[in-house]
Amino acid sequence: MSWLVAAPVVLPLLTAALLFVLQSRSEVQRVLSTTSTAVLVTLSVILLYRVSEGGILVAQFGEWRAPFGISFVADHLSAIMVVVTGVMAVATAVYALRDIDGTREELGYHPLFHVLLAGINGAFLTGDLFNLYVWFEVLLISSFVLLTLGNRREQLEGGIKYVAVNLVSSMIFLGAIGLVYGLTGTLNFADLAVRLPEAPGGLVTVIAMLFLVAFGVKAALFPLFFWLPASYHTPPLAIAALFAGMLTKVGVYALIRVFTLLFVHDVAYTHTILLWISGFTMLIGVLGAAAQSDVRKLLSFHIISQIGYMIMGLALYTPLALLGSIFYIVHNIVAKANLFLIAGIGRRLTGSFDLARMGGLYRGAPFLSVLFLISAFSLAGFPPLSGFWAKLVVVLAGARVEAWPIVAVALLVGLLTLYSMTKVWQAAFWTPLPAGERMQERPSALLYAPAVGLALLTLAMGLWSGPFLALTEAAANELMDPSIYVRAVLGEAAAAAMRGDTP
Amino acid sequence: METPLAVLVGVLFASGLYLVMQRNLLRFVFGLLLLSASVNLLIFTAGRVTRGTAPIIPEGLPTPPGDVANALPQALVLTAIVIGFGLIVFAIVLVLRTHERLGTIDTAEMAERLEAPRPVATDLEDEVPA
Repeated sequence: MSWLVAAPVVLPLLTAALLFVLQSRSEVQRVLSTTSTAVLVTLSVILLYRVSEGGILVAQFGEWRAPFGISFVADHLSAIMVVVTGVMAVATAVYALRDIDGTREELGYHPLFHVLLAGINGAFLTGDLFNLYVWFEVLLISSFVLLTLGNRREQLEGGIKYVAVNLVSSMIFLGAIGLVYGLTGTLNFADLAVRLPEAPGGLVTVIAMLFLVAFGVKAALFPLFFWLPASYHTPPLAIAALFAGMLTKVGVYALIRVFTLLFVHDVAYTHTILLWISGFTMLIGVLGAAAQSDVRKLLSFHIISQIGYMIMGLALYTPLALLGSIFYIVHNIVAKANLFLIAGIGRRLTGSFDLARMGGLYRGAPFLSVLFLISAFSLAGFPPLSGFWAKLVVVLAGARVEAWPIVAVALLVGLLTLYSMTKVWQAAFWTPLPAGERMQERPSALLYAPAVGLALLTLAMGLWSGPFLALTEAAANELMDPSIYVRAVLGEAAAAAMRGDTP
Repeated sequence: METPLAVLVGVLFASGLYLVMQRNLLRFVFGLLLLSASVNLLIFTAGRVTRGTAPIIPEGLPTPPGDVANALPQALVLTAIVIGFGLIVFAIVLVLRTHERLGTIDTAEMAERLEAPRPVATDLEDEVPA
């Protein structure tokens, strides 16, 4: 069964290799690229089904048993994230058929897109800290190129900030890995979960903080988020949507992984810091958004704000809170990426991303308005859309442990998000186009199709939230009991020893 | 042996950090190089600096005999060097391209030049240099 665990990484890598060979034939590239993402999402769903039926799946490469070889581990969280990656891959690949111009295709858009997917899935599936670093770099370097592809001046200026901050955070990440290795002599997640409790707690906390900084930059946490709004508005929307949906969430995933499996020796200290950070991230993000007039920048600030909710779930560190956090991630990826895609269509219709120059979309494109309403109000947490359940669970989890200040912040930020979305609605949809501007012709159905699909998914997650919540609940329960993970990777003996050490 | 290496790691990291905080992007790249080198050295040192033979297992034995060198940190550092090399090459090309397009490698000036009006009007057209 181990091929299935590696498939979500191997398939995009193979596709990328083929696409590099077919560089000069863009028609073939388009067909191959789209087909491959369809296969990817199918394989991912099979993987998630297998994990939900039979528990954690582990692959040991080259038959080197953990902790000596590199393990790939698909638990519920990893499998869910891989499925979401697959869905986003299909949506953005179809959107890109009309959104990415010939020049960018010649410069290698298609193969890079698949290398990025391989990097994202690799980061989700790996069970080894150093391997996680490698996949992070794979996704970073392809995202660097995708971000600056086309060499427009804004892209280069934004790209420099993105590259600079992310490279420094990679160095901190690598340094932290070196320290972990020096302390424990292992880098396998499961093995670390067994050994870290025996290490001196103070040192472990220091290392945990290094990881917090490294992943905090990738996840765009307060106060490390400045690179995001400086760069995410520069590439074409097909690329920006994938970035907005997936890249920060890889950072969030890594934070959840290390702060549930590895660094749980002093939850009162580390997770309190996380809680403070989550509050500030929510608040600063939404306030930043209020000041923006470019739709893409406004949405970029909302990414940051929403990351706060996910970290809040992690920081509260109860099964319910983690459930909320994971559900929030899935909901947010779908809704947020869709808003970027919709903004792209709106741009084609009105000729601008500037709220002051957009307008008349409600009259001119009623269907697009419906799509926007679903995603935007889901983001703001309107019942019965997916965002409502996500926010409800996180807030409920906060109320259960009586963390009232963070609950208050979460509710306030929800209100401000609604204000922000209403602002976009009014400026871009309700008010008529400025005098002298004309509505452009109707954009291709290939741009609408992914937006419709993602909007339906948002609706489905809201109206039939039962199965989605059940899956995330299974993921949260696994995270709260690291010995399940350890048993799957290292066997029963190690898990029993671990349970004995940490009651 | 670990102590002087640890001090060296610290000095290299501090110098690197100083350089990455400069506005001049070329200095930033040099800072990155120093950071990368210091982190590689950190991993190497974290694996403990010992004398030993190559960790090759003779036929018929389950483990290598006697003291062997720890091969894992070397493998890690080798991987990190290759990745670091790729990233830094990309960073250098990015700085070069930025200099071509914006005419400066000072980050503060970059923002100014970006805001200045430019001859090509719309943001629809992608200006890709030939």
